[in-house]
Amino acid sequence: MNPVSADLDRRFRDAAARESLLDVAYDLVDTPVGTLLIAATDRGLCRISYDAEPEREVDRLAHTFGLRVLRSRLPIDPARRQLDEYFEGKRQRFDLDVDLGVQAAFNRRVLRELARVPYGEVVTYGELAARAARPRAARAVGTVMNRNPLPIVLPCHRVIGANGKLVGYGGGLDRKEALLRLEGALL
Amino acid sequence: MMLPPFERFYDEHREEIYSFLLRRLGRDRAEDAFQETFLRALRAYPKLRHGEHLRAWAYTIASRIAIDEHRRPRADAELPELASLDGRPAFAQLEHLADELPPTERAAVVLRYGYDLDYAEIGAALGSNATAARQAASAGIRRLRRKDAQ
Repeated sequence: MNPVSADLDRRFRDAAARESLLDVAYDLVDTPVGTLLIAATDRGLCRISYDAEPEREVDRLAHTFGLRVLRSRLPIDPARRQLDEYFEGKRQRFDLDVDLGVQAAFNRRVLRELARVPYGEVVTYGELAARAARPRAARAVGTVMNRNPLPIVLPCHRVIGANGKLVGYGGGLDRKEALLRLEGALL
Repeated sequence: MMLPPFERFYDEHREEIYSFLLRRLGRDRAEDAFQETFLRALRAYPKLRHGEHLRAWAYTIASRIAIDEHRRPRADAELPELASLDGRPAFAQLEHLADELPPTERAAVVLRYGYDLDYAEIGAALGSNATAARQAASAGIRRLRRKDAQ
C-alpha cells in the first residue's frame, strides 16, 4: 500500500481548517511544562489539556463540540506562537479568542474575572469569588479553577489559598510553581 | 453503530483510499482527488445518521471523484467528450434502481456496475473479501431482476 505522504496529509488538514469545515481542531504543542493538547473551535480556543491521551481527548472533544474533530496545525498556530513567547519570557498577556460557550454561566463569569488577573500577581480564591460578585463562593471558585478548560491562558495558577499556600492545580502543583516562578511571583 | 469522530474515520481509511485513487488516476491527480474525497466527506459528515458502511461510503465518494477526474477534459483536448453529454451516468441511474436493496447488496451492485470497481476492491470497501463481494453483487442483481419481473 502506498502511504499518504506527510505533505499531502498536512495539505488536507490545512484545507479542512481553511474551509471552516471543522467543529473543532486540535494539535499537540511542546512546552517547558510538558506537551499540551490544544483545541479550538471557529469561535476561539476551547481546551488546553496537560498529559492528554489524544484518543480519549478526541472522544471528549467530539462529545462536547461535534464530530468533525481533526488534528490541524493551522487553527492552533496563534496559540502555539504566543505560548512560545510566554515561556521565553517575552509575552505577559495572551491575545487569543476563547470559546467558553459550553461553560455554565457562573463558571464563565469566574473565568472572565480570572483572565483579568495580571501576569506575575496572585489572588486568593476568596478575592476572585468577590470579583465575580459571589464573595462567599471561594470553594465553588476552587472547583472552577480545578476544571479550568484553558490553563495557562486563563491563569488559574495565579490563584492561591488565603494562607499563601499554593493549594492545588489541575496540572499538578509542580507546574503551578514553575509557572509562578517563570512570572517572578515566587522567589 | 455510533459515528466516530472524523479524525478516526480519516485515520482508518486514508491509506486505502489513497492507494485506490493512485491506481485509478496516477500520482498527480490522485493527490488532488484524495483531498477532495475527504473534504467532501467532511461536508457530508453531519448528515450521516450512523457509523455503518463508512468504508463503502468513503469508496463511493472516492470513486465518484475518480470518475469526474477521468471525464474532465485535459488541457490538450480540443473537442468535448460527446459520450458524457448522453444522459445520466451509469452510477446515478444504478443508485436510484438499487435504492431498495439491502445495504451490502446495494453497495456491491453500485460499486461493481456503477463505478467499475473489481471484486477485491469492493471486498475491501465492505470489510469482507472478493468472494463475499461477488456473492453480494449477484444476489443484488438477482433481486433486481425479480423486482423487474413483477
